[in-house]
Amino acid sequence: MSSEKQQEHLEHQVAETEDTEPTVPYSEMDEEFTEDLDSLLDEIDEILEEDSEEFVENYVQRGGQ
Amino acid sequence: MGTETEYGISVKNAREQDPVAASTLVVNAYKSGNVASVTWDYDQESPLMDARGFMAEGEAIAVDTANSSVINDILVNGGRYYVDHAHPEYCTPECTNARDLLIYEKAGELILEVSRATAERLLLDNQEIIIYKNNTDYKGHSYGSHENYLMSRKVPFDAIVNGLTPFLVTRIIITGSGKVGTENGTEDTDYQLSQRADFFEKEVGLSTMVERPLINTRDEPHADEKLYRRLHVIVGDSNMSELSIYLKVGITFIIIQLIEKGVVGEQFRLKEPVAAIKKISRDLSCKNPIELADGRQWSPIEVQRAYLELAHQHLSTEERTPVVEDVLEKWGYVLDTLETAPMQLSRHLDWVIKKKLMDAYRKRHGLPWSDAHLRMLDLQYHDIRPDKGLYIRLLKNGHVERLLSHEEIIHAMHYPPVDTRAYFRGTCLRKFPNHIHSASWNSMVFKAEKGFDKIMMERPHFGTQQIVGELLNYCTAEELVKKIKGNATKTDG
Repeated sequence: MSSEKQQEHLEHQVAETEDTEPTVPYSEMDEEFTEDLDSLLDEIDEILEEDSEEFVENYVQRGGQ
Repeated sequence: MGTETEYGISVKNAREQDPVAASTLVVNAYKSGNVASVTWDYDQESPLMDARGFMAEGEAIAVDTANSSVINDILVNGGRYYVDHAHPEYCTPECTNARDLLIYEKAGELILEVSRATAERLLLDNQEIIIYKNNTDYKGHSYGSHENYLMSRKVPFDAIVNGLTPFLVTRIIITGSGKVGTENGTEDTDYQLSQRADFFEKEVGLSTMVERPLINTRDEPHADEKLYRRLHVIVGDSNMSELSIYLKVGITFIIIQLIEKGVVGEQFRLKEPVAAIKKISRDLSCKNPIELADGRQWSPIEVQRAYLELAHQHLSTEERTPVVEDVLEKWGYVLDTLETAPMQLSRHLDWVIKKKLMDAYRKRHGLPWSDAHLRMLDLQYHDIRPDKGLYIRLLKNGHVERLLSHEEIIHAMHYPPVDTRAYFRGTCLRKFPNHIHSASWNSMVFKAEKGFDKIMMERPHFGTQQIVGELLNYCTAEELVKKIKGNATKTDG
């Protein structure tokens, strides 16, 4: 990759990471994907463990390998 | 090659969590529906003879049964399913290529789910057994996904360390499963590529449980140690995505071939590999440079490309099997796409699939990364239940790429691969369950009139359908043992 191109990519990256809004548009793909996912998000709302905070808090494992 | 996966386990609505008891219940639930009472053979003695890759011990040997009560199941698919460190663990049988290995790892997920559901029926109505194929509880406790690769003993260990470390550190841009937040006292970030990167503290070492090393030095080949080394890779994530698993083992297998050929040397050595893996894990662009030992500044994509280039240059025609060709093509595609539009891999790689899902979920509910729902979503992505697991829902709804058919995964629950010693192990277990006392990666212990007959399998490429298929078709267990022992003696003489 040329250094100029690389620089462009890096700037793009910085722009992305500095944007802290929850809706970061990576590309037009993002919108499509999100719409595409609507029914799945409905499903997730239904099947996601209730009381996420308590559940996540209580999920403790012994370390393995 | 093969993989070992430790699964996270929890019982919902249990008064107290007892992961050892829960793991035991789950593994035993499968055992009861599988082959009865075949134990793991921990006690291998030095083999005396070699025939067709088997070694048979002349004298009937005494087998200590006192220690075989550990929860263990050897599977008819040639793999192993047992309780390890308070986790259920599944090991695939030995495979010769990335596609087979992917099939057998996926078969493992189904085996876990079948036994999970069976065990759950024994619990109180309001209790659920939850199993995650992930690597962390987000509180600093990690459990592993390990890969094993057969290597020639001739390769000096330094050459492995030098050649493989930069590759393993940078491959997380492809193999990462994605994780919300950080652990183990590492630098904060919202979302990172790898589940395991935070837990690696050393470059080289023997430990797998504390101060984990990027390169593990365990030297237990489960095969003829004069010829082979089993390279134990502990720095991978547990993957859900078929492509992530396929590429993880496929490209690593290729790099090991290159190291054996001596074409990967010190040229990609990193200045600070332990720091680099954490830095790369936090760089969702995959483009920020890391420093090589000689001062060059390369992005992880560039490092991976350099390895890919070497593979194109140096793999011979015989080595470029259809699976290897396919792996090379997909590896190139993934690197190109990571370079130009990483989020387009949101049907392909775990960390991107998960990131997209999280972005969509955060957008819908206006949540910050610190919200517990995001960690819940992260966990549940790895849930192995078909009705609850988010990755499985994505797969069923056509949101992620498939490489396999469901039929071939189910077949792999019950039949071993045909082209390694796993064929002999799995087929013997299915055909002669009552004649086998115990088994291990490199041994099968048959019950004999007096004591036991132990058959050693010190060459993983033998014991295949091509070599022993006919024998296994027409022999009884007694005839089989007799034939192999007869052959061993002849060869010895």
